[in-house]
Amino acid sequence: MLGKLSWDALPLDQPIPMAASVLMIVAIAAVLVTIVLKGWWPYLWREWITSVDHKRIGVMYAVLALVMLLRGFTDAMMMRTQQAVAAAGAQGYLPPEHFDQIFSAHGTIMIFFVAMPFMIGLMNFVVPLQLGVRDVAFPTLNSVSFWLTAAGALLVNMSLAVGEFAKTGWLVYPPLSELAFSPGVGVDYYLWALQISGAGSLMTGINFTTTILKLRAPGMGYGRMPVFCWTALASNLLIVAAFPILTATLAMLLLDRYLGFHFFTNAAGGNAMMYVNLIWAWGHPEVYILVLPAFGVYSAVISTFAGKPLFGYRSMIVATMAICMLSFMVWLHHFFTMGAGADVNGFFGIMTMIIAVPTGVKVFNWLFTLYGGRVRFASPLLWSLGFICTFVIGGMTGVLLAVPPADFVLHNSLFLVAHFHNVIIGGVLFGAFAGYTYWFPKAFGFTLDERWGKAAFWCWLVGFYLAFMPLYALGLMGATRRMQHYPEADWQPLFVIALVGALVILAGIACIVLQLVVSVRTRESRRDRTGDPWDGRTLEWSTPSPPPAWNFSVLPQVQGADAYWHMKQDGREQSGGRTPPRWQPIVLPRSTPVGFFVSFFSVIAGFSLVWHIWWLAIVGLAGMAAAALTHAWRIHSEIEIPAAEIARAEQARRREVSS
Amino acid sequence: MSVVDALTTPVDGDTNIPLSERGPAAIEVVVGFGFWLFLLSDVVIFSALFAAYAVLADRTAGGPDGLHLFNRGLVLIETGCLLFSSFTCGLCSIAIERRSAAATYFWAAITFAFGAAFLGLELSEFLRMGSEGAGPTRSAFLSAFFTLVGTHGLHVTLGLCWLAVMMAQVATLGFRPVVVRRLLCFTLFWHALDIVWIGVFTIVYLGAGYA
Repeated sequence: MLGKLSWDALPLDQPIPMAASVLMIVAIAAVLVTIVLKGWWPYLWREWITSVDHKRIGVMYAVLALVMLLRGFTDAMMMRTQQAVAAAGAQGYLPPEHFDQIFSAHGTIMIFFVAMPFMIGLMNFVVPLQLGVRDVAFPTLNSVSFWLTAAGALLVNMSLAVGEFAKTGWLVYPPLSELAFSPGVGVDYYLWALQISGAGSLMTGINFTTTILKLRAPGMGYGRMPVFCWTALASNLLIVAAFPILTATLAMLLLDRYLGFHFFTNAAGGNAMMYVNLIWAWGHPEVYILVLPAFGVYSAVISTFAGKPLFGYRSMIVATMAICMLSFMVWLHHFFTMGAGADVNGFFGIMTMIIAVPTGVKVFNWLFTLYGGRVRFASPLLWSLGFICTFVIGGMTGVLLAVPPADFVLHNSLFLVAHFHNVIIGGVLFGAFAGYTYWFPKAFGFTLDERWGKAAFWCWLVGFYLAFMPLYALGLMGATRRMQHYPEADWQPLFVIALVGALVILAGIACIVLQLVVSVRTRESRRDRTGDPWDGRTLEWSTPSPPPAWNFSVLPQVQGADAYWHMKQDGREQSGGRTPPRWQPIVLPRSTPVGFFVSFFSVIAGFSLVWHIWWLAIVGLAGMAAAALTHAWRIHSEIEIPAAEIARAEQARRREVSS
Repeated sequence: MSVVDALTTPVDGDTNIPLSERGPAAIEVVVGFGFWLFLLSDVVIFSALFAAYAVLADRTAGGPDGLHLFNRGLVLIETGCLLFSSFTCGLCSIAIERRSAAATYFWAAITFAFGAAFLGLELSEFLRMGSEGAGPTRSAFLSAFFTLVGTHGLHVTLGLCWLAVMMAQVATLGFRPVVVRRLLCFTLFWHALDIVWIGVFTIVYLGAGYA
């Protein structure tokens, strides 16, 4: 009746997971009870959960990412504390089977449920506004994408309270992840969570590629598109090309585990190295799926706060698309030690080093944009400057790792761990925070507190160097990754420094939380009445903050790159500057709960497949199909905003700006 | 003026403006384009499965190989069914273009019948192989074979369900624009499955023995 599920699945005998899951359940229950008691449920349902507005969906993605950042960071703190104490024979406080789950969950959560949703959230919020249009190509699909991502995140968190998570590392390499060696449900949680959220990501990729290529304001040719839209295009093309490989690969592993197939098993001719090849054919492009939108954020921020057009706009686009192409030709550098031979390793080593060229072009473009500019050192720019320094170091250690003989020494060591944290924290996360601070006033109508923002930046920057520079040294000294304990007593001081660094980062996270609390409390004094708090250059700043549901009362006419900057120069501000004699009614997509219901049933299906509760899995799949079919028969899919309402909003806007 | 130009030119548009600067495209273009991207992503799934098959084709683990298992004559009939259903699907699009419900139902039914025949033949082959002890758990080669061919079969099955749903939509909602757009997507999907099958037929069935 309940498959493999029994009371043994609850971690009653393990105090740490038990306490963590009780805490998580209490927190979720507290949030839900508050919502119900305060009577917020109808508002949340109407305005957020069923919303197909790209701005609302973008905000929900960012909230999901920030919440999951707390979870992923807790895992990181546990690992750092364990390694700071488990030296020279000491076992620390985390037993191996728990430590293994923590590092697997940390990687999975940080990549799939922090970095991905944060970047996709920024793209959701910003891309249609920058393109000067009213929504993405497929608004309902967008809502489905978000809720599937949330469903995957929920499944990963459920594994904390019911059962276990994978103990195999974040990419679940076979044969370790095969049933013979991982008989528990941990790998199954991982696989189903990623299949569900991966489907959501693929839909996002299709949606945004279509949006950017087919829906742009009149006049916005490709040579006038903001660089963030270009990097979003490259990132989404990569999603469309790479995520299907992830789906296929994980499906093969699922078939091995559930139906006894032999894709990656040791027996019957299976080939485990094929898994490693396939997973990195997705995994390497994934790195660029994350970092390219961040590059777009830095381009926007640096150009705005230097008060100059971006230096080398065209070379920036060429570099972006070159990285997009090259990202598919380097995957083998993740396993030089597989033994593919000197020729193959040599080829992939050289291809990897070549990626540094377009990246270097970008770095110089950012530097030349700053050069001679009237630079304002607001916190989004600080994140960007921190990025340039940190990312260059990360890039150089990457080029070092791309040398196959060096890689044979450094493979699987803490040097590698330090390298990819260097580029992901310094590249993606700093970009996420830069974008968060930069576009927050556009989303909510008030700016974030600068003092707490700068404190957060300095904590993160200092904390990052303290936490990861020791790991470079440890890697060179021979420390491998994923050690639950180690025999060398003289490694311990460096691990303690790394722990101190993690604590400084914790302070940085606290600053970000405080920044939000302080800013919400003092929002009246920090209102953005103009819609353009940073003297921006692109079209999102021509709308009020927050923008109305329809974004633009009249679609802007674009006459060059940095469209809004030129409008300001020509005195044609706000909404394209033209006041039409009569406002026209605007048609918008209507809200729908289909995304919420599809993903609700996908959680049921995923959970019951993990635990082999077959009848419930059928219920879940049937529920997904029923939700989709019900939606297919919906006739009234659009609402019309009457002209009078638009006129009222525009008049209110004008009063606001002039006051 | 081509169809694309006609669809993307604003009503008061000036055709001297480059295509990329004419503002948001019409919804027919947007939906068709998005669905093409989906099909491309689907093709990527199949390429991963083809790659896996190519790697594992000779890993028979002492079990039967393709040359001894496959009944190429039957597969040729299967192929004929699928290609013919694609042809009738094309005739169905013409009927949709003319907004003729009766002709649409007729050609959709023929398409459905030949698609189902393809699926029936494929399933009977799968069952025969299973009964000969050559199921997917026998060897890595057979795992890859059943996954690749089975994934195509799963697509055909979903396509048949989709076709049935679309006929119900035509019956209840009529040829409203949203239904016509979905029908267009279905026909694209059905033709794409043919292209994938040509790959399967060539690499898996004709390629057996060359592994």
